[in-house]
Amino acid sequence: MNATSSPLIACENVSWRRNGVDVLQGVSFHVAPREIVTLIGPNGAGKTSLVNLAIGLLEPTQGRVVRQERLRLGYMPQHLRFDNNLPVTVERFLRLASSDKKVIHHYSERLGIAKLHNQQLQNLSGGELQRVLLTRAVLRKPELLVLDEPTQGVDVIGQAELYRHISELRDELGCGVLMVSHDLHLVMAKTDTVICLNRHICCQGAPESVARHPEYLQMFGKQAEDIAIYTHHHDHEHNLHGDVVPAAHHHHDHSNCQHHHS
Amino acid sequence: MIPDFLLYALLSGVGVALVAGPLGAFVVWRRMAYFGDTLAHASLLGVALGVMLEVHPLLAVIVTSLILAGVLVGLQNEKWLANDTLLGILSHSTLALGLVCAGLLAHTRIDLWGLLFGDLLTANATDLLIIYGIGGLVLLTLWRFWQPLIFATLDETLAQVEGVPVVRLRLLLMALVALVVALAMKVVGVLLITALLIIPAATSRRFSRSPETMAVGAALIGTVAVIAGLVLSYTLDTPAGPSIVLSASLCFALSLLLPRRD
Repeated sequence: MNATSSPLIACENVSWRRNGVDVLQGVSFHVAPREIVTLIGPNGAGKTSLVNLAIGLLEPTQGRVVRQERLRLGYMPQHLRFDNNLPVTVERFLRLASSDKKVIHHYSERLGIAKLHNQQLQNLSGGELQRVLLTRAVLRKPELLVLDEPTQGVDVIGQAELYRHISELRDELGCGVLMVSHDLHLVMAKTDTVICLNRHICCQGAPESVARHPEYLQMFGKQAEDIAIYTHHHDHEHNLHGDVVPAAHHHHDHSNCQHHHS
Repeated sequence: MIPDFLLYALLSGVGVALVAGPLGAFVVWRRMAYFGDTLAHASLLGVALGVMLEVHPLLAVIVTSLILAGVLVGLQNEKWLANDTLLGILSHSTLALGLVCAGLLAHTRIDLWGLLFGDLLTANATDLLIIYGIGGLVLLTLWRFWQPLIFATLDETLAQVEGVPVVRLRLLLMALVALVVALAMKVVGVLLITALLIIPAATSRRFSRSPETMAVGAALIGTVAVIAGLVLSYTLDTPAGPSIVLSASLCFALSLLLPRRD
């Protein structure tokens, strides 16, 4: 990244405890303008907590989070928790984020949800709802787009499409992106920086280097192997430039790793 | 010509129904029914305290409800008991305490039956003034904060990230419920107040495609229930409050026979 551009958001040595348990310890990272940063890690690694700290839903117990002044955030939650008895059409839901009909129309066409406008929110399929949530998040023309597991409940084809949308929206809006993801094979191709999290940052960097990192392979050994198989059989645009294939052969070497999971 | 007492009863009942409808929609959407019940039960204690301290019963009820709502918010933040357990404890403790206090005050003129099931037929011009004054205030407040209230009801986290003061809105809604509970006590009594909040809203749900139509529909259905209940009460000499609630229940049952719109 460019060292002169000041980051949109920076976590400096952030720790967070919940009910006396350390959820996160000494985490430092930042998101630069136009950068896509992806958080990966096993369940319970603290990914969502870290996102919530970054956007100010939680306050760190130690360290600090610096956000650019008056940063416009677009946030896409994992899901909506609204009651089924609240009748809301997609269009009405979008109008909560923007009153500009042209903007709503533009992004609805862009993400292919224009035909859903008159549908009730609770009748949408998982994939449709995710696209509606993504549309809503970009309506405010955010400088930073924050996505918490954007592909939950979406089939594999839809996942690839959603990641393509995200990277295109980044180019169009010129915004930074911070996201949490489980879809290793899809996300690795569309991200600038990967942060491998397990209560602390195990490793971070460009996807190519992280994919070779022993801690990454220890954490995702089985999955990383699957990716190798996947990319081997289907030579298609979401592979890891073939880097994973040799890496997968090394995944038994993690006995040398200095890292201890307690 | 309708007799005066019936006219007052009708206008009072309709006034409360017009406010209880839209607010009841929020009670349904946010699952606050048990909260409303707790405040309703506590209002009996409020009346007893009012008699003891020689202040206007309505004022005493409002103050008691607001204090209880505050206590609830405080205890909920502690999170050492599940919400419904906490509400159950407070709800029945305050009801029991109210009944005991009413018993102790047996020498004064406390009309326990009227408090428990409403005494709409004794409504007078002062009651009308109070109902339309406070009711109007509640409706104005709802109208003023409608968009952020709907947003926060859809997803509190999402609203919070985008700068909606969700905690203050939650407190506001609780205070409004406390006010309407105090008003509705006159109409249907302590034990049936929640019915006036949730049955018209739940009935209206079946015909609504937007939050606004559901809120307005609830106000209209509540009005119909009040009129039908009073007719029933006048012709068959049944208690007014329960007759109104029964009419609302009949509306709900009938609505189940009609096709759902969404």
